[in-house]
Amino acid sequence: MLHLDEVSKKFGGLPALDRVCFSVPRGRVTALIGPNGAGKSTLINCVTGVLEPTSGSIRFAAQQLVGRPPHAIARLGIARTFQNLKLFPRLSVLDNVLTGLTCEAGRSLTMAMLRLPYLRHRERQLKLRALEALDRFGLADKARLPVAVLAYGDKKRVELARACVAEPQLVLLDEPVAGLNADETAAIGEQLKRLRGAGQTLLLVEHDMELVMGIADQVVVLDSGRCIARGTPDEVRSNPLVLEAYLGQMEATA
Amino acid sequence: MTAKEKILYFIYLHRTGLTVTGLTLALVLFPLFEDNPYTLGLTNLIAIYVIIVVGLNLFIGYAGQISLGHAAFFGLGAYGSAIATVTFGLPAWPAMAGVALLVALVALLVGVPTLRLSGHYLAMATLGGNIVVHTVMLQWDQVTGGPSGFPGIPFLSIGGFVFDDEVRLHYLLWSFALLALLLALNLVRSGVGRGLAALAGDETAAAALGVDTRRAKIKVFVLSAVFASIAGSLFAHCYSFISPDSFDIFASTDLAIMVVVGGMGSIWGSLIGAGLLTLLPEWIDVFENYKDLVHGLVLVLILMFLPRGLMTGLYEMIRNRWVLKGQKNAAS
Repeated sequence: MLHLDEVSKKFGGLPALDRVCFSVPRGRVTALIGPNGAGKSTLINCVTGVLEPTSGSIRFAAQQLVGRPPHAIARLGIARTFQNLKLFPRLSVLDNVLTGLTCEAGRSLTMAMLRLPYLRHRERQLKLRALEALDRFGLADKARLPVAVLAYGDKKRVELARACVAEPQLVLLDEPVAGLNADETAAIGEQLKRLRGAGQTLLLVEHDMELVMGIADQVVVLDSGRCIARGTPDEVRSNPLVLEAYLGQMEATA
Repeated sequence: MTAKEKILYFIYLHRTGLTVTGLTLALVLFPLFEDNPYTLGLTNLIAIYVIIVVGLNLFIGYAGQISLGHAAFFGLGAYGSAIATVTFGLPAWPAMAGVALLVALVALLVGVPTLRLSGHYLAMATLGGNIVVHTVMLQWDQVTGGPSGFPGIPFLSIGGFVFDDEVRLHYLLWSFALLALLLALNLVRSGVGRGLAALAGDETAAAALGVDTRRAKIKVFVLSAVFASIAGSLFAHCYSFISPDSFDIFASTDLAIMVVVGGMGSIWGSLIGAGLLTLLPEWIDVFENYKDLVHGLVLVLILMFLPRGLMTGLYEMIRNRWVLKGQKNAAS
């Protein structure tokens, strides 16, 4: 569904991504792992249009993504979460999730100002869908609260709900459990498993190995901008290059 | 649910509609209790400012941008209507609409390049634009009347009914102000409005949700310019005399301060901001002389302690405390 072909990104001559190739198959969970500075975030930013790759192509369902602005990529059905939460603290939980349905809410200022009956009807339907999503992510009782007062774990779940509410074709998750305790991590893991069960295509960037090995169908390992391994969790776990990238780093820091 | 809970829920559900109805009722009855032309003159001026501030609040509070040049659009509307009706003898209502269209075009042409900027740069660009417009008003004597102003602008009328005294103007101006409030309230409660709120919150996140950030900013800029233009036209027809002083950069900063006092992103706050800043100099004499100084001080203090604006800041602070207290009580 998502195909990266020879994607490179250089920052002032320094390669952050070096000819990365891999595919994200439909209905599967692909995990992207690698040590700090491996280029995982750069890759997500290239896919979502925040950065433009120096060379290479990124195709999504036969559409070239390189060169498109972020909002156009989002409208194709690619949703994402952010490593450092990007919620709207002054909006309520419900409204935050509703922003995930912006693509379907209409774009005309004039129509919105006139509040025509068809828009009111659509608005009601969007609200129902948002409430449904909140229910799925266990946030139903917090719908009316301003996001600012939520605990960190709840905020992470709100962002997950916002990314999934529109049932996008592909969801990019940038470290969904970073900074969470074991219980909260387990809860998010459950939710991701449920998404996977529902056939949602996911690209998951994560440090938490236990989580990755538990839910990924395919693991892609980046190191210093290069894709050094690709395969099932078991294959990757026993790959000597991967061990070196991780263990070598551990030895260096030890 | 008990009867009391049902009533409270009904009020909560229809809070916007009920507030609009209440305000409309109060405004319809207001001239019956207050017939002092001076007071009505002040509230009429507030109505004109409300129209501009509502539009500007959408731009500052929702699109998350800054403009220190909206008095220019206000002035273009006023001079546009004055020139169209007096110099060219055109009928006032179509002229008002035509001028608003022209101002929209100007805003579009100005907005496309300047809205690539942000923060201080955008503030400077809009300020500069305002100075240009103000200078043209001062210098182009043959057309604008220069520093001595533009007299003899006709009153507006519908059929044979002429809006020529304060009570009649009260109904005219507040109808427009209420319409502006209503349109803005509809907008912010729509999906488009949520997209704009997202844009004000975080541009990257908004774009990731499918908001065309550049386009949205330009659209709201043009919209706010049209609101200001219509307010300008009304201003010209209401006072029948205009001069460049009303549209200088201090007028623009006053408008921005009204938005900040009312609270960014608060449509109802626009009413309070426009009201307070118009009435304060009347209430406190010191204000009259040191107006710009005091306004500057107010702006700095609010931005330091309540960066989201006075009304919004206080509301959010109280709401968040209240919710947290409720959670604590539920936990214990």
